[in-house]
Amino acid sequence: MTAHAETVPSVARLTLLHARFGLIETFRVPIAVIGTLVFPALALLFFVVPQRAVADNPEFATQAVISLSVFAVMSNALFSFGLTISENREKPWDPYLRTLPAPGIARVFAQILSTGLLGLVAIIPLIVVGGIFTAAEAPVLRVLAGLVALAVSALPFMLIGTTIGYALPFKAAIAVIQIVMFGLAFVGGLFLPPILFAGWLDTISKFTPSRQARELVIWAVQGGPLEWWVWVGVLAWTTLSLAAALLLFRRDEGRRYR
Amino acid sequence: MNLARFDHVTRRYDDVIAVDDVTLDLEPGVLVGLLGPNGAGKTTLLSLLQGLRTPTSGTVTLFGGDPRDAHRRRLLGCTPQETALPETLRVREVIDYVGGHFGDRVPTAELAAEFGLDELLRRQCGSLSGGQKRRLAVGLAFVGRPRLVLLDEPTTGLDVDGRRTLWEAIRRQHQAGATVVVTSHYLEEIEALAERAVVIAGGTVIADDTVARILARVGVSQVRLRTAEPDRLAALPGIAHHERIDDREVLTVSDADAFVRTLVGSGIDFHELAVRGASLEEAFLALTARAPERATDTLTMEKAS
Repeated sequence: MTAHAETVPSVARLTLLHARFGLIETFRVPIAVIGTLVFPALALLFFVVPQRAVADNPEFATQAVISLSVFAVMSNALFSFGLTISENREKPWDPYLRTLPAPGIARVFAQILSTGLLGLVAIIPLIVVGGIFTAAEAPVLRVLAGLVALAVSALPFMLIGTTIGYALPFKAAIAVIQIVMFGLAFVGGLFLPPILFAGWLDTISKFTPSRQARELVIWAVQGGPLEWWVWVGVLAWTTLSLAAALLLFRRDEGRRYR
Repeated sequence: MNLARFDHVTRRYDDVIAVDDVTLDLEPGVLVGLLGPNGAGKTTLLSLLQGLRTPTSGTVTLFGGDPRDAHRRRLLGCTPQETALPETLRVREVIDYVGGHFGDRVPTAELAAEFGLDELLRRQCGSLSGGQKRRLAVGLAFVGRPRLVLLDEPTTGLDVDGRRTLWEAIRRQHQAGATVVVTSHYLEEIEALAERAVVIAGGTVIADDTVARILARVGVSQVRLRTAEPDRLAALPGIAHHERIDDREVLTVSDADAFVRTLVGSGIDFHELAVRGASLEEAFLALTARAPERATDTLTMEKAS
């Protein structure tokens, strides 16, 4: 293959390049990686395993593991993406990377590949703990299908995190992410099952990416019918949040002058 | 075709005008010095060309298009600030990271040899000295075999040896065909490197000429003395700028020898005479149109008091 200065590496190669060095940088501070990987499993140990009424019922336990998986992936997506991006924008390395010929979409996808992948890997210890200490059960193929569904339905959270990261300075991002995360977790039925919701709350809930993610993963793991609003919702949120992330990336001018 | 063009570009930050109606062309093959005091708008001009900021009005063109589009920047090379380098990445990794953005890149070993980084490739950036970081930062600008290179204060904080080594590397790259824009505080640096100099002050271009001619214009000296007759002193010819600091008259003059001769000939009583070359900042002050006004302001105030 002959390389030429006029040719540019493809978006896919630039995405892999940024993802690779993003991961190398993350792994140079191992404690941060360990925290990400252990947190979801610990949450299950503390909040679900001691509640034997839930933990001993296969149906409830499986749903609890799923809800917690969605919650863990969502909080990792919002916090890691939102905070990392807004923090980086205040450092001088990020403006330098912006002078290189990499389009915004390669930067956004690279973040999904590196930070997002790490968030998904963190679900594996959670599934192991759930399988050993609770009555949660599912065939291996179903668990794998659940992971795929989780990855797909996590895209809106990662992109919302990205959008917040490019929209706000670091300190404002922390506050906004906390509110968004708890709002989405509660309304999406990740803390309390939607069965307990009043009719109006259930209706609102169906519009949230967290509820859609929960339903998509439950469908992948436990089977049953998939309501149309679940996949339409995931698609719509992914499209909208990707457009918002790219727009804000392009508009971003880093830290304000002096 | 011009590599880059500013066409009546203005950039404001809230109330501050950082760049004020600048029109500037960069032809291929030149080595241009961008000179100006702090806050003059040099960095803003570069950031407009890098696509980091958008002009408030006017257009910035890079290789015939909008620098905000990534593919317009494929032949552009820039330096990060030395504090920007990711501390945990190794030198080799940073070079590969940046180099990976270009279709035809300089091999890591070759770049390392050119900028004296061979021994450092396995070191983490956080462990480098200031001078080593500078060399890496400047080297990164050349890894993609760019046609246009923007170097923002490339040798700030380096000792004399380090500065000369880096200048030689920059000159070699320029001879190999790169068009280079260097911003600097140091007149010496621009003198050593550049063919053309653009002087910026208050967001506008106040001079755009060959380095030799600019140097003749900004080659001014500063004369300090005490006198009981400041009014007579101010009336002497050849004073570009005049102010009073701690009971001492501070004069910026274009020809120190001629001025001292005039001073002695005038019979004005003076003592504690000191003459030195003006700093670049003082030279710019003398160059700007505002300077004479400010000088008279000072005088008027002194008369009143």
